Amino acid sequence: MYPSSEEIKTNSIYTQMGLNNSEYNLIVKHLNGRLPNYTELGIYSVMWSEHCSYKNSKNQLKKFPTTGKNVLQGPGEGAGIIDIGDDLAIVFKIESHNHPSAIEPYQGAATGVGGIIRDIFSMGARPIASLNSLRFGELNTARNKYLFENVVKGISDYGNCVGVPTIGGEIYFDEAYAGNPLVNVMALGILKHFEIQKGVAKGIGNSVMYVGAATGKDGIHGATFASEELSEASESKRPSVQVGDPFLEKLLIEACLEVIHHPKLVGIQDMGAAGLSCSSAEMASKGNVGIEMNLNLIPQREKNMSAYEMMLSESQERMLLVVEKGFEHEIAAIFQKWDLHAVTVGEVISEEVLRLFHNDNIVGEMPVHSLAKDAPVNNRESKIPEYFLKNQCVNYIPNIQHTSIEFLWKKIMAQPTIASKKYVFEQFDYMVQTNTVKHPTQCDASIVRIKNTNKAIALTVDCNSRFVFLNPEVGGKICIAEATRNIVASGAIPIGLTDGLNFGNPENPEIFWQIEKSIDGMVAACHAFTIPVIGGNVSLYNERSNTGAIYPTPIIGMAGLIEDLKFITTQKVKNVADKLFIIGNTKAEFGGSEFQKMMEGKIFGNCPDIDLKKANLLNSSLIKAIREGLINSAHDVSEGGIAVAVAEKLFDTNFGAKINNCSNEDDIAFLFSESQNRFIVSSKFEKELVEIFGDNIFLLGEIIPESKIIFGDNEIDLVELENVWKNSIEKCLKN
Amino acid sequence: MKIAVLVFPGSNCDQDMYHALKNVLKQDVEYVFHTQTSLSAFDVVTIPGGFSYGDYLRCGAIARFSPIMKAVKEFAESGKLIIGVCNGFQILIEMGLLEGALMRNEGLKFVCNNVDLRVVNNKAKFTQQYQENQVINLPIAHGEGNYYCNNSTYEQLKSNNQILFEYVNNPNGSMHNIAGICNKAGNVLGMMPHPERAVERLINTIDGLGVFESFLELKNQ
Amino acid sequence: MYKIKINVYLRENILDPQGKAVNTALHQLGYNEVKTVRIGKFIELIIDDVNEIEVRIKSMCEQLLINMIIEDYSYTTEKLNN
Repeated sequence: MYPSSEEIKTNSIYTQMGLNNSEYNLIVKHLNGRLPNYTELGIYSVMWSEHCSYKNSKNQLKKFPTTGKNVLQGPGEGAGIIDIGDDLAIVFKIESHNHPSAIEPYQGAATGVGGIIRDIFSMGARPIASLNSLRFGELNTARNKYLFENVVKGISDYGNCVGVPTIGGEIYFDEAYAGNPLVNVMALGILKHFEIQKGVAKGIGNSVMYVGAATGKDGIHGATFASEELSEASESKRPSVQVGDPFLEKLLIEACLEVIHHPKLVGIQDMGAAGLSCSSAEMASKGNVGIEMNLNLIPQREKNMSAYEMMLSESQERMLLVVEKGFEHEIAAIFQKWDLHAVTVGEVISEEVLRLFHNDNIVGEMPVHSLAKDAPVNNRESKIPEYFLKNQCVNYIPNIQHTSIEFLWKKIMAQPTIASKKYVFEQFDYMVQTNTVKHPTQCDASIVRIKNTNKAIALTVDCNSRFVFLNPEVGGKICIAEATRNIVASGAIPIGLTDGLNFGNPENPEIFWQIEKSIDGMVAACHAFTIPVIGGNVSLYNERSNTGAIYPTPIIGMAGLIEDLKFITTQKVKNVADKLFIIGNTKAEFGGSEFQKMMEGKIFGNCPDIDLKKANLLNSSLIKAIREGLINSAHDVSEGGIAVAVAEKLFDTNFGAKINNCSNEDDIAFLFSESQNRFIVSSKFEKELVEIFGDNIFLLGEIIPESKIIFGDNEIDLVELENVWKNSIEKCLKN
Repeated sequence: MKIAVLVFPGSNCDQDMYHALKNVLKQDVEYVFHTQTSLSAFDVVTIPGGFSYGDYLRCGAIARFSPIMKAVKEFAESGKLIIGVCNGFQILIEMGLLEGALMRNEGLKFVCNNVDLRVVNNKAKFTQQYQENQVINLPIAHGEGNYYCNNSTYEQLKSNNQILFEYVNNPNGSMHNIAGICNKAGNVLGMMPHPERAVERLINTIDGLGVFESFLELKNQ
Repeated sequence: MYKIKINVYLRENILDPQGKAVNTALHQLGYNEVKTVRIGKFIELIIDDVNEIEVRIKSMCEQLLINMIIEDYSYTTEKLNN
């Protein structure tokens, strides 16, 4: 038995659901003075959680530019859409599944993949690629290894089965994520303009149909769970982790992509966070109508489920549809072909309320806008953290004595964050659908071709959270700038991004300051590069009482358009006739660098500076050089600096390089500093490149036919270096 | 020549097979849904990869009971050509058209990569475009491709030249490095590597073309 | 009604990499008394009372549930009340 409306009020039971007094009072106001029952309260609590309502971040998210001439759909639907010409458009979004993955990494990660893929096909698009951005604690504890291996397995098993290639991603290891790993997944879909669907309810009397998996008790309060700090107590919430069924999802993809061509389909939406509550309330609210549902008609996996359980269940692989009255059987027949049962569970009504019947009683009646649009917005207090002020006064210069360059070079290649992710990547089917032109060991971005055109899409996910931690505003700019460099270096032009914003508890003013400042930085970068944000995800409360908050981690998922396949540019050097060049200036900037982490075991000081105007200029110059056919390979210089970038350009080729310090800094800074706005390219057109890049280009050296790197007096065996890099992760796992 | 691409719930390389045959090899291709019962319109049947029925119970174990499978069996018995790739190979094994079993990879992990294969027998209907012992490079993507059979079956496979492809570096623990076999009559091929993913230089090698061109060549003889 | 509990395991001569991996893991955790680990699967059926129930179960196993080339099985039958 659930507590009565009066008991809820008297005993403040709403606080157990994460609602405070003023929010409770607001609910009563929305219900015209009536006290909410337990089911209604549960629905409000999930709808007003951060995960669904963005109540703590809404005011910050408003700052992002979300429009542009090619943007067909900005934030607000399942995913954003960008026109790519030829009557085609791409759909993409990133989403987090951090909290479920911290508790049950295999299912947490698997259902994360499932959820974002549903967001894509619910827009009418065929999912054609996914990427992931993962953060774990150091690979030196059994727990971290367990989380890492099982998250990877979860993504692998789900993604491979559902037949969407996992074409790229990034993985970082840092103590900051030990208690709270991050699992963010980005998916990309493609559709023709006329196929665009919306999650909207329209047409009074039209039917509301339910399709997909039966509703069980799994994932109840998942959205609220994701909006709380993790604690020992959340381990006991384990039953709330959802279990994924990629086979069912695959059937849903095929069936839904058939159903969207049926003229009598009005709206379609995925049942994701907050399940039936969110999909029904949002669809009704967007259409300025109401929805009435009979919960007895909901397919149920367990006997005697309560209205509360059904409305809050987060069982996976379910969709809600609005269908023109009289055509339900035609829609159902399409699902039937794929062994799926679509059932009519309610109808669209004119009164703008969500009205729920169960066992012939009205068990809930709430104004739809109060659920979907009018969640309270919090203006959180912001405070500059002590650590930031302290770091501003630190200028870190590594003190290297009695250590050879060769030793340091090998050591940095072995850092798990730098090391080859082959161990992970090979577990993902990155080739299914036969569109994957390049994956990220070949190219800075992953590239999928668009069949029947001469175009391709470049995709990357990126975030250097160490920089964001040291200086959220500059770090925020760097995240976007680095993503653009990945896109540009592969021969594409950035056309849009989705952001996965992962932070700690926003009620802590110092955390809120990180949110605010990093968004300011990202917004400045969006304007500087003219890139719209077409959607995203906010995951707050990523902290544990014993380990503290994660680094602020705003992950950028960016898409670029390659208008002609011949522009595709890889990282790898191609021949000895070419020379190597560095584009951009190198300064001694070690704050937050991989080198600092390796030498000191921690990060401190200030992160590298970034000049956005210059970044944009160098990007456009590189695009021009690529289009003029002057560039044979291009690689962004990021974590680990020039040392790592040069090595990566040579691995998997039969070449080596003879390079020299072409900066004004000492050799350590030249090799390992993480100054921004830099690329390494190979080309034989020195004169032409100097014309384009002016004094921003430096001759780094030449390509040689032997497998070694010669740097001054140092000679580094590339085969050895590559082995260190390739085997490091597996070595960590075995130790 | 008309080619069928079978589609089961959970197939996910069906569109790749279709694309390779239709758009690259310019063949007359049609999808055949698992609920259909006739293959009389076709000269060749392809069973694509994926996760039919989610690979639940065992890979291919449920698909073999689909309505279309009776027609597939008759198709095989009539001597017409059948190619099963990856999950398609698993289905052919489960239904007994090919011998042996495909078990979980020895490394216990899904493996997606390009691997070198040796063409052991280039006299078969599916390999005549290759040289004997030619090393080709094709993608693999599977979690259960570890081929097993008992010794007498192996001896028989060997003496009948039914082993068509073997791995140069064994990626999954397969017995005797077996990557692809045909039936005794030589008209049914099962292989774990994906030839349909290797027909366009833009995305991979083009070493898979030989499999398709081999049987397309038969038409012209 | 009967509850049928079927245990499926790899035949003795078939390599069981999963069992091997778990064996190693148990040893790493200090359970050195473990000599071998074999991993199989468990299938539970609730079935109506029909004629020749044993024959039917055997046929279900051999037609679908078990791959007789690499797997073997055993089962128990339990009569359910009501």
